[in-house]
Amino acid sequence: MIPGVTLELILYVTALGLVIIGLAGVVLSSHLFRMVLALVIAEAGANLMLVLSGYRWDAVAPILMQRAEQPAMVDPVPQAMVLTAIVIGVGIQALAVSILIRIRQRYGNLKRREVAEKMDAEIAASAGIRRDISQDAPLGERPLSPLPAHTAESRGGDA
Amino acid sequence: MRNLTGLLFAGGLGFMLLAIASGIDFGTPPMRIGEAIQSASPQEVGAANIVTSVVLGYRGIDTLGELAILFAAASAAGLVLGRRHTTTGTQRKGGFVLFHGGALIFPFLLTIGFYIIFHGHLTPGGGFQGGVILAAAFFLPLLARPGARLHHSILSVIEAFAGASFILIGLAALAEGQAFLQPMLNQDTLGSLISAGTLPLLYIAVGLKVGAELASLLSNLAQTESEQ
Amino acid sequence: MSEVELWIALILGIMMLSSAVLALVVKNHLAAVAAASVVSLGLALLFALMRAPDVAMTEAAVGAGLSSLILALALRRLGLWQIDSGSENSNLLSASSKGKDDA
Repeated sequence: MIPGVTLELILYVTALGLVIIGLAGVVLSSHLFRMVLALVIAEAGANLMLVLSGYRWDAVAPILMQRAEQPAMVDPVPQAMVLTAIVIGVGIQALAVSILIRIRQRYGNLKRREVAEKMDAEIAASAGIRRDISQDAPLGERPLSPLPAHTAESRGGDA
Repeated sequence: MRNLTGLLFAGGLGFMLLAIASGIDFGTPPMRIGEAIQSASPQEVGAANIVTSVVLGYRGIDTLGELAILFAAASAAGLVLGRRHTTTGTQRKGGFVLFHGGALIFPFLLTIGFYIIFHGHLTPGGGFQGGVILAAAFFLPLLARPGARLHHSILSVIEAFAGASFILIGLAALAEGQAFLQPMLNQDTLGSLISAGTLPLLYIAVGLKVGAELASLLSNLAQTESEQ
Repeated sequence: MSEVELWIALILGIMMLSSAVLALVVKNHLAAVAAASVVSLGLALLFALMRAPDVAMTEAAVGAGLSSLILALALRRLGLWQIDSGSENSNLLSASSKGKDDA
């Protein structure tokens, strides 16, 4: 075996790698369905990490046998928590997927940017605000507006 | 810019998790609660599978919360999807293998699902795993014959009864003067099928509830709209 | 811990990490769901290796089975269900190369 590669290293690298890949996928992916998949992967990594925290060398699975002395067992508490987490995870996933189906029915698309723009437009329309995305007064992408007077003026103009 | 921020966030979170993980001694966990449960569980609960005694005995109210979350998620999914009239003609029928294989495998899946639920306090397995297998068993004929429908009313009746019996078993312990969901009845011998008091009953309720919920969720998702 | 366990963990870890990356970069959505299901299946085997048979059973039934089923049914309703058919092989490599051609 390669020196320096232990079971601990392999398992922790797998768990951390799954979490990081999943989170990076949630942030970077441009398609909403891939976001759900990335969430599933990140959840898998988190579950593996929880189970690893209860692992014990030379221990048996936490099931009692009819014998005089019990051998050492791994920690049952993280396992029970992961059992709960897996089942909840699938429920959340089903909810996310059904929301995706509704988004697709309404906007006809699942690209993140397009859906966000259409949603913005709808929210603005239902609130009765004109969306300021014209060339001379771009809104957003500017944390500190250098021209407060100008935006106040344009807001006042709609009303 | 957004991508860079996202990657920085993911990397920073990875570093934080690494720092936490390096603080845990791999292979020699502290196990303060775990060891106490392992030594006390044979006398207090009497289930051979210690994970079951944690899930239903020591953390029973946690499981009740989980069932509530699952119920909320499944009913919210049903609400979001809505119920619409479907046409069956748009969907292709399953092939020969799927059609007859589904009919052949149905009783076996049912047997395995109930076996896993009934032996949840003895061997690995239990209500969640068995419930998922039951849901799959009832979903398989739907896949083979797109025209067939699951009766949502029957499913919701099963689900309601299972959830209510879970809470009633918990309340019965309260009426006996013990804590909510405290395991009751006598434990009998460790490792026999009828042992561990009320734990098998609780797991049967969990299995039926999870199975009914997931089956109705799957059949909701499998419907295709008539238009589009 | 034996040498065999170490090798099994190494192979499973490499398989899971690579299919996790694959699930996020491959163009075909059905192939991505299959890759995510491979991650869950490898996770179930790792749980069995870690002496957690209960969790392994749950992950195999729920994570690898039911969750892939839900995602696949959703793909069908989202209109993203596509299987390479006809003259081309429908394996993963041809699926990804075909996706690249489209892009």
